[in-house]
Amino acid sequence: MANKLSVTPIGGPPSDVEHIKSESNYLRGALVETLQNPITGGLPEDDNRLLKFHGSYMQDDRDLRNERERQKLEPAYQFMLRVVAPGGVATSAQWLEMDRLAQLYGNGTLRITTRQAFQMHGVLKWNLKKTIKSINDSLMTTLAACGDVNRNVMSNPNPYQSDVHGEVYEWARRISDHLSPRTPAYHEIWLDGEKVVDSLADQPEVEPIYGPVYLPRKFKIGLAVPPSNDVDVFSQDLGFIAIIEDNKLVGFNVTVGGGMGMTHGDTNTYPQLGRVIGFCKPEQLIDVAEKTVTIQRDYGNRSVRKNARFKYTIDRHGIEWFTEELYDRLGWQLEAARDFYFEHNGDRYGWIKGSNGRWNLTLYVQSGRIHDQEGYELMTGLREIAKIHTGDFRLTPNQNLIIANITTAKKRKIMELAQQYGLTDGAHHSALRRSSLSCVALPTCGLAMAEAERYLPLLLDKLELVIDEAGLRDKEIVIRMTGCPNGCARPALGEISFIGKSPGKYNMYLGAGFTGDRLNKIYRENIGEDEILSLLTPMLHHYAKERQSGEHFGDFVIRAGYVKAVTSGLNFHNV
Amino acid sequence: MLQLQVTNSPFTPEQAELLNRLLPTLTPSQQIWLSGYLSALQAAVPTTAVLSSAPVLAEESATPVSQPAISREVTVLFGSQTGNCQRLAGSLSRKLEEQGFQVTQSSMNSFKPNGLKKVENLLILVSTHGEGDPPDNARAFHEFLYSKRAPGLEHLRFSVLALGDTSYEFFCQTGKDFDQRLEELGGQRLYPRVDCDLDYDEPVAEWIEGVLQSFQERLNPSAIATEAVKAADKAPGQETSEYSRSNPFQAEILENINLNGRGSDRETRHLELSLAGSNLQFEPGDSLGVYPENHPQLIDEIIAAFGWNPEEKVPFNKKGDEGSLLDALKYHYEITVLTKPLLEQAVQFSNGSQLQELLSPDRQQELKEYIHGRDLLDLVQDFGPWQAPARSFVTILRKLPARLYSIASSYNANPDEVHFTVRAVRYQIHGRDRYGVCSVHCAERVQPGDTLPIYIQNNPNFKLPASGDAPIIMIGPGTGVAPFRSFLEEREELGAEGKSWLFYGDRHFVTDFLYQTDWQRMLKDGVLTKLDVAFSRDTEEKVYVQHRLLEKSRELYQWLQEGAHVYVCGDEKHMAHDVHTALITVIQQEGGLSPEDAGAYLEQMQQEQRYQRDVY
Repeated sequence: MANKLSVTPIGGPPSDVEHIKSESNYLRGALVETLQNPITGGLPEDDNRLLKFHGSYMQDDRDLRNERERQKLEPAYQFMLRVVAPGGVATSAQWLEMDRLAQLYGNGTLRITTRQAFQMHGVLKWNLKKTIKSINDSLMTTLAACGDVNRNVMSNPNPYQSDVHGEVYEWARRISDHLSPRTPAYHEIWLDGEKVVDSLADQPEVEPIYGPVYLPRKFKIGLAVPPSNDVDVFSQDLGFIAIIEDNKLVGFNVTVGGGMGMTHGDTNTYPQLGRVIGFCKPEQLIDVAEKTVTIQRDYGNRSVRKNARFKYTIDRHGIEWFTEELYDRLGWQLEAARDFYFEHNGDRYGWIKGSNGRWNLTLYVQSGRIHDQEGYELMTGLREIAKIHTGDFRLTPNQNLIIANITTAKKRKIMELAQQYGLTDGAHHSALRRSSLSCVALPTCGLAMAEAERYLPLLLDKLELVIDEAGLRDKEIVIRMTGCPNGCARPALGEISFIGKSPGKYNMYLGAGFTGDRLNKIYRENIGEDEILSLLTPMLHHYAKERQSGEHFGDFVIRAGYVKAVTSGLNFHNV
Repeated sequence: MLQLQVTNSPFTPEQAELLNRLLPTLTPSQQIWLSGYLSALQAAVPTTAVLSSAPVLAEESATPVSQPAISREVTVLFGSQTGNCQRLAGSLSRKLEEQGFQVTQSSMNSFKPNGLKKVENLLILVSTHGEGDPPDNARAFHEFLYSKRAPGLEHLRFSVLALGDTSYEFFCQTGKDFDQRLEELGGQRLYPRVDCDLDYDEPVAEWIEGVLQSFQERLNPSAIATEAVKAADKAPGQETSEYSRSNPFQAEILENINLNGRGSDRETRHLELSLAGSNLQFEPGDSLGVYPENHPQLIDEIIAAFGWNPEEKVPFNKKGDEGSLLDALKYHYEITVLTKPLLEQAVQFSNGSQLQELLSPDRQQELKEYIHGRDLLDLVQDFGPWQAPARSFVTILRKLPARLYSIASSYNANPDEVHFTVRAVRYQIHGRDRYGVCSVHCAERVQPGDTLPIYIQNNPNFKLPASGDAPIIMIGPGTGVAPFRSFLEEREELGAEGKSWLFYGDRHFVTDFLYQTDWQRMLKDGVLTKLDVAFSRDTEEKVYVQHRLLEKSRELYQWLQEGAHVYVCGDEKHMAHDVHTALITVIQQEGGLSPEDAGAYLEQMQQEQRYQRDVY
């Protein structure tokens, strides 16, 4: 590295994954061979680790795992493909292609992720290459959708202020491009690109930002446009809060060191919120992002992966050290942070006219899953719309979908199609359901310890009875569920959250800030549905009766003494 | 048993009817007594033809018996696919030796055809395959006899035992071929050919007895039949255990799982049975005989269609065992297959004239089409009204035969257990769901803890090389892969060092890769050296194992040149043929040989037992 290290990075022998990366020859490994091995539908662990950088995880249908083992069949290996979509924006043509590929090679569904990316499940190994190639042909990529690199860059798809949105989105895209890995391995493996292996030895600058071993862990960047904090900017490793003055984007406040993931039973791991360290102008954004990434590259923990996220690097060395190191690498200093104000982190549903005169329709999508169900042909309806829509599609950080930039000419037709297929803004659902978020979990996610996507809707059915009884149907309460503590649905920022421990059992957390500005606190450990309902029922009635004007549930449970406020991830586990 | 008619026997209609009424009621010992009695009569009156009751006697009559004394040297040749004829040949040879004959026994393909000129007494035991084809190890000899090189055989006495299945059009064709050809070449028939259906024990015993007796008569014309009664006491069978084809062992089911993953359009069961207490043993390549039960729904429908009483007492067999009609149709009689002989006998119970008309000589093709894919219920429904007392009607049914399955485990690796693989056969034809008798019984009606009546069927023609160092190439798509699990388990258990290569195929990788994790483990542990797979429905263009053989032709030929043994197991109609053709192409292409020389190369391998097939 060019820079002299200002503190000694944490030592220890490199983890297995570090070895795999360093021996991978810039993410090649043996993928070309193992992808072709016809005896197994899976990949060896080393290559699976590398495959993540290419945007795919090997998974298996866990519902069938035990059954297939008895049948002398290997697990039903299949691949999840994640498609990078900076700011969640896709054209109609891209939407149609994703739809086609999901039917042809996937399991017939698409999923909007909590990071505004597309996810496709159930792709067989033999079809990976064809699928990835088609995705590339439609000008999208899976490269760096997973792995120890910068992930899909999030940005607010705000339909109110479309000029600013456009600008912020443009920056999200540029950051994404700038931090995209440069290795030719992706082209070689998936796109039949020419092999350039032999010349690599002479080119130490294959990855000018990442270097040969990439980052110690994943790295997440999000751009928020107040008053919406839908991207949960404080949950990002690196966050940018757009500062708008006189309807103009003047720059961004910079936040660093957020992150959701932790490990059950290990108090050295915890969720943390990013802290605002200053302000930069739009044109300085990329520089700040790049230098922050290189600091994490040089100082992150490469020995213990569960302590490798950027938040631990910051907490280990202190925020002051980080800003000094950053200024040193930038050669200039951030300005003082500007004032900003968040109102919420949820989505606003329905028809809204943007400042450019175009229309936007925000649809409620339960758990972000696009599929056809009996009586609700969401996937077909969206396909029909995409065939005529001249604007774009925006995947929201809350797993919803905006049909954006609808011209007045198309509005009527799209409205008719939406009606025909019953595409819904979720108005008939409780505000609780519309503020819910869940990760995929079972049966495909290998990390899940309990259900999430398949179970949260059922739990909500029961909670809605309580909500109705308490008269809270229109009260937004942020509720989130994940199957494991890795945090895909940003569970540490739910006013009510459930993190899976084992089948049917969850840790229950309460008291996050409604705008995503405060972590929640564990309330009960390892409880099942009966306890969840018997605990929440009196609490919701209590809230209905004794809440103060405008008081959110997350604030109420603290004032009422159910849980203590968490002021930093460092005291997340304290009693 | 064949229904005697004017057309297929030398009797008048009146005689035939009397005999038809008498013969089914005879117990085996009565039959033997009668047979001996008639033979003795025949010895006294040389112009009378031999009549034996149980076997399906061939139309040709035996050679008259007044002959000069003959040589005591006998050559026994067998052509065997699954090992039945080979086992029976062994049994015959022992009996001949006991009576002081010098026996030369061999498979047809290890017999030098030129030696035929010197043979005086020849006994042939041969089965028939598919569309009247000879078994693999009989093919070359069969060809030789029909070629111009076949010598005159005026000095030869012979007799043929033919094994077959009356539900096939070309019933016992290979046996008939040999019988006819040997006569054309000048040979004299020592004893009439006997054609055996699936339930062959009794007719085989009769044939052996008849042959022995004919020899005795020629050696010592005063000998009478009494001696033969002893010889026929015991039907040939398994000798390492008290349990055999005729005395099956009730094996407890330890495991019964579907090997096809969810979403598959196939169902293949893997069953593990306990052999504890049976003394039964086997070698890789052997088969397991399983006696099934008929489908209860089909039984109910047949009983209802005839208007029978399920509790009526009926005979189970010719031995005089009796029990309820329900049990008879469940355990003892075949009800899923129609044969021409069955229809011929059923005529007597049909009050309508249609069945009789269908059987008229000018409607053979129609009859063949009718029989195909139909069962007893169709017959009942199509040719009523019936006047068919259950007690009499069941005696015209064939005995419910055991089904043979390739054994999928090594005894050494899993002592006291036997594993086998069976694919459930279900289809619709003639407007009704049809079920494979044994496969669906295994798939639907037996669980761990239940038992299955089983026996071991040795198959000497499908055996690992004697040397553990010899390379083996195994081609077994679908359930054809079963014996190779046994082969590889055995080689692993014995620490054999020879390399191995498996070709496997089925429809879909995800759901139909039988024993996938076993192969993966064996590959990892080096027990299996190479594995190539072809899944026909996963790609736009269908690929099968033969395509993989051709793709790997260079390496495959290399292995052949290194002395590899090639094994093919599975479907005979398409797969085995396509694989055979592919192997010839490989040898031709990589060895730079003409098609004829490539064929000879493979023929040579077959001679050396380096190309063995277990196809069905």
